[in-house]
Amino acid sequence: MSELFTLPVLLGILYSGIRLATPYLYAAIGEALSQRAGVLNLGVEGIMLMGAYAAFFVAWRTENLWLGLGAAALVGAAMGLMMAYISVTLRAVQGISGIGLHLFGLGLSTLLFKTTMGGVQSISGFKPIRIPILADIPLIGEQMFNHSILVYLAFLLVPVAHWVLNGTTLGLKIRAVGQNPAAADSLGVSVMKIRYLMVSVGGMFAGIAGASLSIALINLFQENMTNGQGFIAVALVYFGGWKPWGVLGGALLFSFVQALQLWIQVKDINIPSDIAVMMPYLLTILALTFAVRRSDQPAALTKPFERGEA
Amino acid sequence: MSETTSTAPRTAASGASRAWQSWQGALVPVGAVLLALVIGAVVLVILGADPVRAYTAMAEGAFGSVSGFTQTLVVATPLLLVGLGVTIAFRGGVINIGGEGQLIVGALAATAAALYLPLPGVLLLLAALIAGTLAGALWGAVPGALKAQLGVNEILSTIMMNQIALQLANFLLRGPMIDPKEIEAGTRIAQSALLPAESYLVRLVPRTLLHAGSILAVIAAIGVFFLLWRTTIGYRIRAVGLNPDAARYAGIPVKRYQMLALILGGAFAGLAGAVEVLGVQHRMVEGLSGGYGFSGIVAALFGKLHPLGAIPASVLFGGLLVGGDKMQRTVQVPDALIVALLGLVVLFVVGSDYIMRKRAARAQTHE
Repeated sequence: MSELFTLPVLLGILYSGIRLATPYLYAAIGEALSQRAGVLNLGVEGIMLMGAYAAFFVAWRTENLWLGLGAAALVGAAMGLMMAYISVTLRAVQGISGIGLHLFGLGLSTLLFKTTMGGVQSISGFKPIRIPILADIPLIGEQMFNHSILVYLAFLLVPVAHWVLNGTTLGLKIRAVGQNPAAADSLGVSVMKIRYLMVSVGGMFAGIAGASLSIALINLFQENMTNGQGFIAVALVYFGGWKPWGVLGGALLFSFVQALQLWIQVKDINIPSDIAVMMPYLLTILALTFAVRRSDQPAALTKPFERGEA
Repeated sequence: MSETTSTAPRTAASGASRAWQSWQGALVPVGAVLLALVIGAVVLVILGADPVRAYTAMAEGAFGSVSGFTQTLVVATPLLLVGLGVTIAFRGGVINIGGEGQLIVGALAATAAALYLPLPGVLLLLAALIAGTLAGALWGAVPGALKAQLGVNEILSTIMMNQIALQLANFLLRGPMIDPKEIEAGTRIAQSALLPAESYLVRLVPRTLLHAGSILAVIAAIGVFFLLWRTTIGYRIRAVGLNPDAARYAGIPVKRYQMLALILGGAFAGLAGAVEVLGVQHRMVEGLSGGYGFSGIVAALFGKLHPLGAIPASVLFGGLLVGGDKMQRTVQVPDALIVALLGLVVLFVVGSDYIMRKRAARAQTHE
């Protein structure tokens, strides 16, 4: 146990924890935007897989990482659009349609991986960018400010999402649509348009979340490589009380536990790592039970809007 | 958060139009599968494979031989049991995504019972089946209690319970429950010891994997039908699912019945895990669930959330999964295609529900 609490290991955990928060942040902030507009997209995991595949395949073929990222964003937005059509226009039960989208993404990404790549390939992904001055901070500077661009952008997304939701007209409309769609509708806000937009944007970020795994963090694509992270991202939105800063807290909790587990394995410390992996899920259930104020939940979440209904 | 399930049939409409509707309603899932297969054919063409050859191989693989068809039934069995669990929960107005986890703990408990309980003969089998069912019920009871007592969203808690079950299985199969022979041999494959033969479900056809669990699953489906439509408990579960406010007004303790629906749902998924261990694997192995927890949702939806409808639905999807393997070998297209098509079926079924309802409403106003 004591081997775990040496300075190099703690710094290593700090470094990995920040890195590993990246996919959670993209996916969960995107999901938060969608849920604030009243739509639960449970298909994040499937979108992430398709995003991860698209990013990797395009980057691998064109040797251009930005094209790969763009492809992931596009594929993600398209799948978000699919989800929006089914849950907004066709008013499907959102918990179930998300599972359908997940299975679709899981199957299609595996199929494409096997037919177009033939096996696991690897590329050199986004390189770390050292931020001068900040990275020179003694001890922690190197751990915090020497990451790839996708890591920085993920963290930047938190204040941006907060500002959009709370400081812009669009944010006001999003919140109105998620809280009281009938009232928003009567004031001339298009519930449909806002929900379509936010579910697509959420999908786009889920796609980017997948890309952050395949072309920035792990730099390869493998079947089912997201391994449940998309589902966790959905839970993080509840965990964070539907607020971007809350989501950040949840994402860091998960990523740091993951980092800790990584180092437990590296240092071969005698704690069953499976038990350690269980902790965040238990914590999430506890948080869902005790910490989430249900009054924070968008009142119209998962409720399709029908004009003329109360 | 209590969302009413819009997929549950409405209590509107009268006589003839109702019969017409239910006939039409049965066509929706069939149409969804056909549409998914058409899209699959397009994908096959894009991948340079002959769709006719691919689907012929698939049908042959699933239904064309004794070994193929029995294998289809073997795969259909856990799908049916998980589907029954999903159906009960859905009818009670709660969404159970936890089939995967409930199946895993059911399998673990059945394995532990068969390995460690000093019971003779068929009693051991019974104990293992019961242990699996109870473990699944327990795994469903946690989200159920959290929802009933504290209003915790069951979709999220069942997903979390899936992950916890998965890690629990990883831990047990690498540690306390690992086959001692694996340690001796130094291979350390994550699986339990082979169960004693008394605990096996009897094989129905020689040289195949078809086992008595399939019969058990069909009996369970009939049992669920009687439970839901012929008992007070079932009536109340459905009342809560159709309209929780009206149910509450009628004096039904809504939360208690939602919790019950999740517990029963977990019990059937747990039984599925037990049956898979006792009938097919004869030991607990890593990755035993094979995604049945999710495919079972597809089977339940295709069966129109009716326990008897889930029987042909699970045979069909069992056939797709088994036939996918033959397709893969014949036209060299990965069977992951089947998983993608299952996803599309779900999307089409839940998507078409609204269109059908609108049409029904229009038909009614015209009467």
